[in-house]
Amino acid sequence: MEEIYAKFVSQKISKTRWRPLPPGSLQTAETFATGSWDNEENYISLWSIGDFGNLDSDGGFEGDHQLLCDIRHHGDVMDLQFFDQERIVAASSTGCVTVFLHHPNNQTLSVNQQWTTAHYHTGPGSPSYSSAPCTGVVCNNPEIVTVGEDGRINLFRADHKEAVRTIDNADSSTLHAVTFLRTPEILTVNSIGQLKIWDFRQQGNEPSQILSLTGDRVPLHCVDRHPNQQHVVATGGQDGMLSIWDVRQGTMPVSLLKAHEAEMWEVHFHPSNPEHLFTCSEDGSLWHWDASTDVPEKSSLFHQEMSSHYAAQAALKLLSSSNLPAWASRGGRSSTFLSHSISNQANVHQSVISSWLSTDPAKDRIEITSLLPSRSLSVNTLDVLGPCLVCGTDAEAIYVTRHLFS
Amino acid sequence: MEELDGEPTVTLIPGVNSKKNQMYFDWGPGEMLVCETSFNKKEKSEMVPSCPFIYIIRKDVDVYSQILRKLFNESHGIFLGLQRIDEELTGKSRKSQLVRVSKNYRSVIRACMEEMHQVAIAAKDPANGRQFSSQVSILSAMELIWNLCEILFIEVAPAGPLLLHLLDWVRLHVCEVDSLSADVLGSENPSKHDSFWNLVTILVLQGRLDEARQMLSKEADASPASAGICRIMGDLMRTMPILSPGNTQTLTELELKWQHWHEECERYLQDSTFATSPHLESLLKIMLGDEAALLEQKELLSNWYHFLVTRLLYSNPTVKPIDLHYYAQSSLDLFLGGESSPEPLDNILLAAFEFDIHQVIKECSIALSNWWFVAHLTDLLDHCKLLQSHNLYFGSNMREFLLLEYASGLFAHPSLWQLGVDYFDYCPELGRVSLELHIERIPLNTEQKALKVLRICEQRQMTEQVRSICKILAMKAVRNNRLGSALSWSIRAKDAAFATLVSDRFLRDYCERGCFSDLDLIDNLGPAMMLSDRLTFLGKYREFHRMYGEKRFADAASLLLSLMTSRIAPRSFWMTLLTDALPLLEQKQTYELMRCLEDLTSRRPVHGESDTEQLQDDDIETTKVEMLRLSLARNLARAIIREGSLEGS
Repeated sequence: MEEIYAKFVSQKISKTRWRPLPPGSLQTAETFATGSWDNEENYISLWSIGDFGNLDSDGGFEGDHQLLCDIRHHGDVMDLQFFDQERIVAASSTGCVTVFLHHPNNQTLSVNQQWTTAHYHTGPGSPSYSSAPCTGVVCNNPEIVTVGEDGRINLFRADHKEAVRTIDNADSSTLHAVTFLRTPEILTVNSIGQLKIWDFRQQGNEPSQILSLTGDRVPLHCVDRHPNQQHVVATGGQDGMLSIWDVRQGTMPVSLLKAHEAEMWEVHFHPSNPEHLFTCSEDGSLWHWDASTDVPEKSSLFHQEMSSHYAAQAALKLLSSSNLPAWASRGGRSSTFLSHSISNQANVHQSVISSWLSTDPAKDRIEITSLLPSRSLSVNTLDVLGPCLVCGTDAEAIYVTRHLFS
Repeated sequence: MEELDGEPTVTLIPGVNSKKNQMYFDWGPGEMLVCETSFNKKEKSEMVPSCPFIYIIRKDVDVYSQILRKLFNESHGIFLGLQRIDEELTGKSRKSQLVRVSKNYRSVIRACMEEMHQVAIAAKDPANGRQFSSQVSILSAMELIWNLCEILFIEVAPAGPLLLHLLDWVRLHVCEVDSLSADVLGSENPSKHDSFWNLVTILVLQGRLDEARQMLSKEADASPASAGICRIMGDLMRTMPILSPGNTQTLTELELKWQHWHEECERYLQDSTFATSPHLESLLKIMLGDEAALLEQKELLSNWYHFLVTRLLYSNPTVKPIDLHYYAQSSLDLFLGGESSPEPLDNILLAAFEFDIHQVIKECSIALSNWWFVAHLTDLLDHCKLLQSHNLYFGSNMREFLLLEYASGLFAHPSLWQLGVDYFDYCPELGRVSLELHIERIPLNTEQKALKVLRICEQRQMTEQVRSICKILAMKAVRNNRLGSALSWSIRAKDAAFATLVSDRFLRDYCERGCFSDLDLIDNLGPAMMLSDRLTFLGKYREFHRMYGEKRFADAASLLLSLMTSRIAPRSFWMTLLTDALPLLEQKQTYELMRCLEDLTSRRPVHGESDTEQLQDDDIETTKVEMLRLSLARNLARAIIREGSLEGS
């Protein structure tokens, strides 16, 4: 990880997303979008890390990202997703959801579609109308699902003017993030530590399933689903804890991993290499979790002597920053659950058991690497695609690396 | 009163007529509000149309520059790194660390300057371009001053190396020579180029003698007539003794060699060896440190500090730091020659040469339009332990004063406030109170932003601010009818009073609608339930409903009973509870409930609460009480019979 490029951009970055590659393409990622927050004027910007003809041939700019185009965005950009190759969906703190269209010919962005009052506390039309920030958006062409501080879930369809489906008061607290589980099911996380599964086939305003961190009610800020094993879900909480859930069983997380010192803002499984996971946090750190189980001693007798303590030490050695992850499955609460999940897995006879669900630290070590050199202000967002990673910070810098696994 | 160090600047506010109307103003942390008043308008009933605006006057305009934002953000990281430098480190390793930090700061300034320069060139509007150009010159001056301070105060170069550093300093900041050199060398016949001799002279003035020699060899090739004297000059240039970093020779040895060389040059001058070539002769005079010859090159020297360094190079290469100020002052006087007066930059550099750090900082504070420079420089010098003795007659010490000013400026900006937090952290005396005052004024438009502010407060154990932020959010949620959110926030703030208020709203909604909202929250209160009695009641009452729904009637009944007998339930809610209880009654419990009912009715006159008074007036309520009494009595009778018969059998 020597080649990580930083660029200061004079705006606090709230979201970064790689543009998806066309199916079957062999290219690596080269365009990403960013959204800013807390500025007098906020922008959606498109950047390219591709090579430019006009730059000098000695490759002095290799890896450096250049601005392609940008467009004003009303309110803070709370979330950002690529709808397809050309369209970007942005969630605004004004409760507005906007689809921007990129015109590659003249490098401009324009507003393609807008739902101005997607999220609100007091309805539009009422004199005391007050909007509510839209906090999360997820796309699965042609559907767009948004969630907000008003606890509302909207299902939009591109080219439909009105919401296809709205669940008012879906949550009594703020919904922080949303992701598709398997169509037509979505999964939301909220500010009282709950994970809810919603099935759009069902009528009514009740979730089909609620999973929760019992006790502390620690707010969950982000969620991502394992790209291949759709029942495996990772969430990040206000205390910086990483939770891995198996939504098929139980109502509690399979494992709780102590990670960052403050809010975990985003968690992402690597889309094509899901043994790798990436998290970023308010404490200014960006971590790469490697659970690939190609440890040779795994099949030998040796691993039995290896205590979890040893495994933890091995993980710590790789960690350059001073704060260390304590490898705790938290207290007795989760350890009772631990045996439950293992026995369950034995019954299921799954050929592939995700290494994220295995809770034996001696067997499956997770190596953690801190990707950013020095820590200061919050890393709000990250995205991974192929060997490329991009992240954005409150210190108004965008970091890009194109060699994640080298 | 201290006397003023400079004339206060006048800011004209367009649209405000201060001659006709009085003006009102109010200070903020980084800005000032100004508006016209209609005060002092004698008996005029109809209002003269006056200016309807309130103006915001910003003190620290530079904070709003898009490009300078990069400077602020990048230097913030360097600042943090500097604060974390181990205090234990001493001597060389500490010094090298501090020099590295200083160089990092300078490279950020330079990067900013480059970008500003690019923008200035690309600017379409000439006024805009001028504005950027002036910013470039300000940044360039900052870097110049910083570099000199680095040499004199941080590097603390001794005699000998000092001059080498100063030469580098001049070469870095008088850099037109490179483009000139490229221009001349690129031409077909360099030695015939108009600027050929200018170039050679500049190279000599900057002590770049190797390059000068190469240029001379071109002249020698081109005109064989002067080849001989060119070679002699080249030899003189080659043999000039200089201190090289890796060399072990002592200063005395160097001085001796230099003296010999100097005398040799002197001889050539007296022999009029170069009389045929005025260019070469003037070069020789320069190399002899001849002041008049140097001053003839004013155009090429471009400024007095270049003159100073060249003069030292050829007259006193082993100048001691302590003697610098003497040479600096005389160089300035000679260079200006009484034609013009020194500018602020000249005074700052002069103060640096005099090793008067406080004067440098003071002059910079007055001359520069932002606090960034002085705050960071002072902090760095303070880490070099150069400022310990100096205390201000206000606030704490100078470092802290300047950092506070800078951080307050950042807090006035709508998005740079996050940077300010760390600066306040490193102000031991007044930083915390300043942070407390500023952080409460951050507008919280989304929960995400609020969470960030909360995190800042929680990390610093600012409990008062944490409570106030949570309360603001809870109030907002209540206003938006988001009771669940409101309850969460009041639980986070551990605000019992507010939790009670929200719980009451929940109960009232229940009474109105007959069902609970926000079950996901109420069902999962956990230990947070203990925050207030009312919240406990809410949680338990909901639990009762759940048990009832699950047909666990006995459990439900005893829970309900304990809610009533423990007096945790609000009195206004008893009637509802009693009604809830009816289908569940057994003998023993019936007695208890009857007592509760009697309690409720008998206490009415004593308390005179508004709700009980209402109850008295209300026929329906009276009927309800009667109904309850009746049902309880009948229930009791039924229970006695049933339990009696059960016992009997």
